[in-house]
Amino acid sequence: MAGIKIAGVSKIYAGGVKAVNSVSIDIADGEFIVLVGPSGCGKSTLLRMVAGLEAISEGEVSIGGKVVNRMEPAERDIAMVFQNYALYPHMTVYQNLAYGLKNRGTPKAEIDARVAEAARMLEITQYLERKPRALSGGQRQRVAMGRAIVRKPAAFLFDEPLSNLDAKLRVSMRGEIKRLQRRLGTTSIYVTHDQLEAMTLADRLVVLNGGRIEQIGSPLEVYHAPASTFVASFIGSPAMNLVAGEIHGNRLAIGPALIDLAGAPPASGAVTVGLRAEDLRLAHEGETVLPMTVDYVEELGAQRLVHGLVGDQMLTASMPTDMVIGESLSLTIDQDRLHFFSASDGKRIGSGTNVATDKTTAAVETA
Amino acid sequence: MVENRPFLTFLTHAFLILGFAVVALPVYVAIIASTHDISTLMSGPVPLLPGSHFIENYTQILTSASAANGLPNYSHMALNSLIMALVITIGKIAISIISAFAIVYFRFPLRQLAFWIIFVTLMLPVEVRIMPTYKIVADLGMLNSWAGLTIPLIASATATFLFRQFFMTVPDEMLEAARVDGAGPMKFFRDILLPLSRTNIGALSVILFIYGWVQYLWPLLVTTDPGYYTLMMGMKRMVTVQDGVIQWQLVMAGSVLAMLPPILIVIFMQRLFIRGLTETEK
Repeated sequence: MAGIKIAGVSKIYAGGVKAVNSVSIDIADGEFIVLVGPSGCGKSTLLRMVAGLEAISEGEVSIGGKVVNRMEPAERDIAMVFQNYALYPHMTVYQNLAYGLKNRGTPKAEIDARVAEAARMLEITQYLERKPRALSGGQRQRVAMGRAIVRKPAAFLFDEPLSNLDAKLRVSMRGEIKRLQRRLGTTSIYVTHDQLEAMTLADRLVVLNGGRIEQIGSPLEVYHAPASTFVASFIGSPAMNLVAGEIHGNRLAIGPALIDLAGAPPASGAVTVGLRAEDLRLAHEGETVLPMTVDYVEELGAQRLVHGLVGDQMLTASMPTDMVIGESLSLTIDQDRLHFFSASDGKRIGSGTNVATDKTTAAVETA
Repeated sequence: MVENRPFLTFLTHAFLILGFAVVALPVYVAIIASTHDISTLMSGPVPLLPGSHFIENYTQILTSASAANGLPNYSHMALNSLIMALVITIGKIAISIISAFAIVYFRFPLRQLAFWIIFVTLMLPVEVRIMPTYKIVADLGMLNSWAGLTIPLIASATATFLFRQFFMTVPDEMLEAARVDGAGPMKFFRDILLPLSRTNIGALSVILFIYGWVQYLWPLLVTTDPGYYTLMMGMKRMVTVQDGVIQWQLVMAGSVLAMLPPILIVIFMQRLFIRGLTETEK
């Protein structure tokens, strides 16, 4: 068990391309960190640098207080789960699990005990004598996790381990990974491009974009107070509505609608306003109204998503399923649910829950 | 080609049978000829039905016939052929799998150049470079030795190229997983790559064994000592008799026997062979 400290780490490829740009993350012992971002944001590269599969161009990675920049992957006391499982096809499941231990000179009896324990935990005991070829995707995934568990490493590194599974299996494996990590209390770094997976698994989320950290925080912090328009559009489904607005005095204009802002306005002039689809609701008498022309409706069962135009801007609103939807809707939103972003650089402008700056406290509560 | 056209079926079969006949007829004639005595063979066209001297001819070729022509006896030459074929097979596979490993998994200066140099040797089979190779072997004093017989044939790129192609299909994650599991380069080679290449090695062994077994020109050049004669050379010597009759029935018996090892190998390793050429284990 150990914390991981990533300090000012960069990856610079030949030709000067910076795939990862001075990233710093402090990961507490036992914490589950999820690196999330669109493809090409450098999340996998960052993970592979921690694993030692990729050289670190700048900065320092330490695991359990030891700087590991120059260490081989095997010396770093980490275990990794790969996207395509990377099981050894010619070895049985037992041999797959035992290989790493054997290479470390672990005594035979202990290998047996640890493999048996991991197999029981993952419910793959009856497959120990099979070859990976004879296993289904989900079972292979378990074996890949077993290979990580038997080593009892200081940290687990997951590189999009669920992306090769079908949607249903992905959800159940997600739960299993989370439970397992809780139970073992092993520090984990998990890479995914799936924001839902990121939200459900993470103690803390690290949202990456273009090799830089956009935001670090607990899933709820990131959800409720996205630090930039990028995070706002990336986290949450449906994505947050981002519309152009203008603040004059203490009035906010979105298309034809005018909203009175109580208290001091966070900025003046052009801003980008963020509205979550689920924060939009039908307006009662006397409330400020965002008039929406309905374009089309997506039925999701538990809710329905109404897409339409406010002025000339696209907006998506989540509506209950028990109402009739006509040609147009009168929507409103509570003022404290409005997010403001700078129109020029997309950074958040105050208001809403404040972005937590204390990184370590956030780890504990979110489940 | 799922449609059922009787004429087309007939045509394809006809060609198939014709092709088979062209290949099989000489073999058939050889087998038939090896069962007659010399007077039958010399007195007119080759008979097409088996004769009665099968046991006699084969006993003679295996025991005494070759010695009569100043050759080592048959089993000695067969052993020479076997040793040569095996050394070439094992040597080629060992060298090429290791060089392919180096080229695919290690970054060293001029790696690409090294690969291309190896690749170019594909275009230079023994027959093309036979004079310079002979000169080198002679200057190194390797004439009339096992080293001279086998080493020049071992050094070629076919197998290196095949192994390289195979290694490139092994996913990178396999190497990375092995590194995380604490396997160094040689351990990765031994524990992961070698077992994965098993079917490829099997298929190549078949090809290379036959390649080594049928070598004729090179052994003929580098060995003058009858102690190193291989079967292929022995057969040739038996036909070049100064005066007197060529013992055709013995030559044919010898040929038939010489055909057996490659046939046996193909039959028994066929499954492995086909798997190695078509299937990738992943």
